[in-house]
Amino acid sequence: MYTFSNKLKTFSIILMVLGVLGVGYGFMTSHKSLDEVKTMLAEEASHHGGGHGEEATHEVAGAHDTHGAHAETSHGEDAHHGDAHAEHVQHQIANRPWSALYVGAFFFMMIGLGVLAFYAIQIASQAGWSPVLFRVMEAITAYVLPGAIIVLLIAIASGTIGHYNLFIWMNPEIVAEDALIQGKSGWLNLPMFAVRGIVFIAGWSLYRHFARKFSIAQDSAEDKSNFKKSFRIAAAFLVFFIYSESMMSWDWVMSVDPHWFSTLFGWYVFASMFVSGITAIALITIYLKSRGYLEFVNENHLHDVAKFMFAISIFWTYLWFSQFMLIWYSNIPEEVTYFITRINDYNLPFFGMVALNFIFPVLLLMNADFKRVPWFVVMTGLVILFGHYIDVFNMIMPATVGDRWFIGVPEIGAILLFGGLFIFVVFTALTKAPLLAKNYPLTKESEEFHY
Amino acid sequence: MEASKVIHAIYNDDDVLMSAVKKVKAAKYHIEEVYTPFPVHGLDKAMGLAPTRIAIAAFLYGLVGLTVAITMMNFIMIEDWPQNIGGKPSFSFIENMPAFVPIMFELTVFFAAHLMVITFYLRSRMWPFKNAENPDPRTTDDHFLMEIPVDGNEEALQSLLSETGAVEINLIDKAH
Repeated sequence: MYTFSNKLKTFSIILMVLGVLGVGYGFMTSHKSLDEVKTMLAEEASHHGGGHGEEATHEVAGAHDTHGAHAETSHGEDAHHGDAHAEHVQHQIANRPWSALYVGAFFFMMIGLGVLAFYAIQIASQAGWSPVLFRVMEAITAYVLPGAIIVLLIAIASGTIGHYNLFIWMNPEIVAEDALIQGKSGWLNLPMFAVRGIVFIAGWSLYRHFARKFSIAQDSAEDKSNFKKSFRIAAAFLVFFIYSESMMSWDWVMSVDPHWFSTLFGWYVFASMFVSGITAIALITIYLKSRGYLEFVNENHLHDVAKFMFAISIFWTYLWFSQFMLIWYSNIPEEVTYFITRINDYNLPFFGMVALNFIFPVLLLMNADFKRVPWFVVMTGLVILFGHYIDVFNMIMPATVGDRWFIGVPEIGAILLFGGLFIFVVFTALTKAPLLAKNYPLTKESEEFHY
Repeated sequence: MEASKVIHAIYNDDDVLMSAVKKVKAAKYHIEEVYTPFPVHGLDKAMGLAPTRIAIAAFLYGLVGLTVAITMMNFIMIEDWPQNIGGKPSFSFIENMPAFVPIMFELTVFFAAHLMVITFYLRSRMWPFKNAENPDPRTTDDHFLMEIPVDGNEEALQSLLSETGAVEINLIDKAH
């Protein structure tokens, strides 16, 4: 049995407290009046333009007497345009803490859900290497229920108590003027969004509940009936999962850009969650083993998990590139704006994540010997997790805050908050059952697994 | 120095062969060669063979393929004749790179795979009209054969091998 060390518990609570402070600070500082935004924009303009030669010549021209009247009229126009612009920027600034919170919540929910899919695949394929890791996987999936409820609540709250800070299709004023969103309102409307979200969460949690129940029942069972039941529900869940995950990605991620659509988006989000989940399994396994709790896990198991990290990182890149290249190549205006905003305003995160999620793991995890070295896998794993946080960031932020993005207090606060909650939930779940799934028919094979 | 006389110990079970290899190694005899009809898992480790470096070779070949693809397309599409083909930006390699990636990928795989296979053939001396080096045709079917050079220790070696469960022990004079 695992005991949740007080040190780690305190650490997770500190993370949550710091996170709440950070998120609170984000919400406190995001309410700006229109005048404040205007002053801010004027300051920014003077800062930006200060060094330009153009600006200097304008000032020289302004010295002429005849310029007076001309300047006044153009100022009037500027002010008019400035109002709309400032309102837009004001909205973006107000969106930032919501988006930061949503990105953090989604990222950790995604880890839990990715592990749930991985776990179901291991059971349905009757893998012989992984049963020694089942309890670690089951503990990580304990985060699916709270994590997914939090994501759904933030999404709904942004449209009810917030000012449509994440999903503009929730705003009736915008829908009234937007024929494209009107056309999609059969799918994109708040009650249906909530109902679908509840159905997804219910499906995932029911599978998680029964898989865990049968797994623990098998520990003390005389026969293999629980194993058979868990096999059947895993197969059924995987069918449900691939539909629900796909629709979840349209609802919870793609609909922040309601004018844009992509057919392989569901797979893309899946690849991201799958590799993050596998990486989390590797990190938590290495942590528990270093504390002496998993003496039946050897470097061969680590090697296999690291192979999955390597392979699914490449799979993610394949989907990322397929989506990007098809849209870049045909360059249809209605599709390509998605990438134009990302390349113009998010250049470093957008291309940086390809380096983090592809080049780094490919070069570091290609060597078979390196995959067996714990600190090497930990290092690569942290890079992969950071890369996939940036991936979610890149999916949500451009639609909500545009070029007003920064990874500052609200973003880091949300990571700390949900990271702390994740650690707390997962390690609490680890204490609830023995760390080795006894009597599972493939446990013996897994214990003696060597590659 | 190649011994002129060798002993061929024949086994008919891979588990017996594995334990025989371990015993012969423990008695500090040099095993010249082992012939098996199929890969015996762990035999290379028991014999103490050095690990293969073919994966490292393949990685380097892949880098060669990637370089070939990049150099070729940069020269053809960007430097030699930068035409406007359907509005694709042919001003610099990086601007048009997504269109080149499928070729870069395929040539990397092509070079890595084919050069690795050719390396394998060269290093293991396999080619179409090669004379088979099989000492006993039964080793392609269901027998395993261990070849040990004899350096005047014939008696001791023969008794050791018969203890390991060899079904047949033959002294072969290679010098004819």
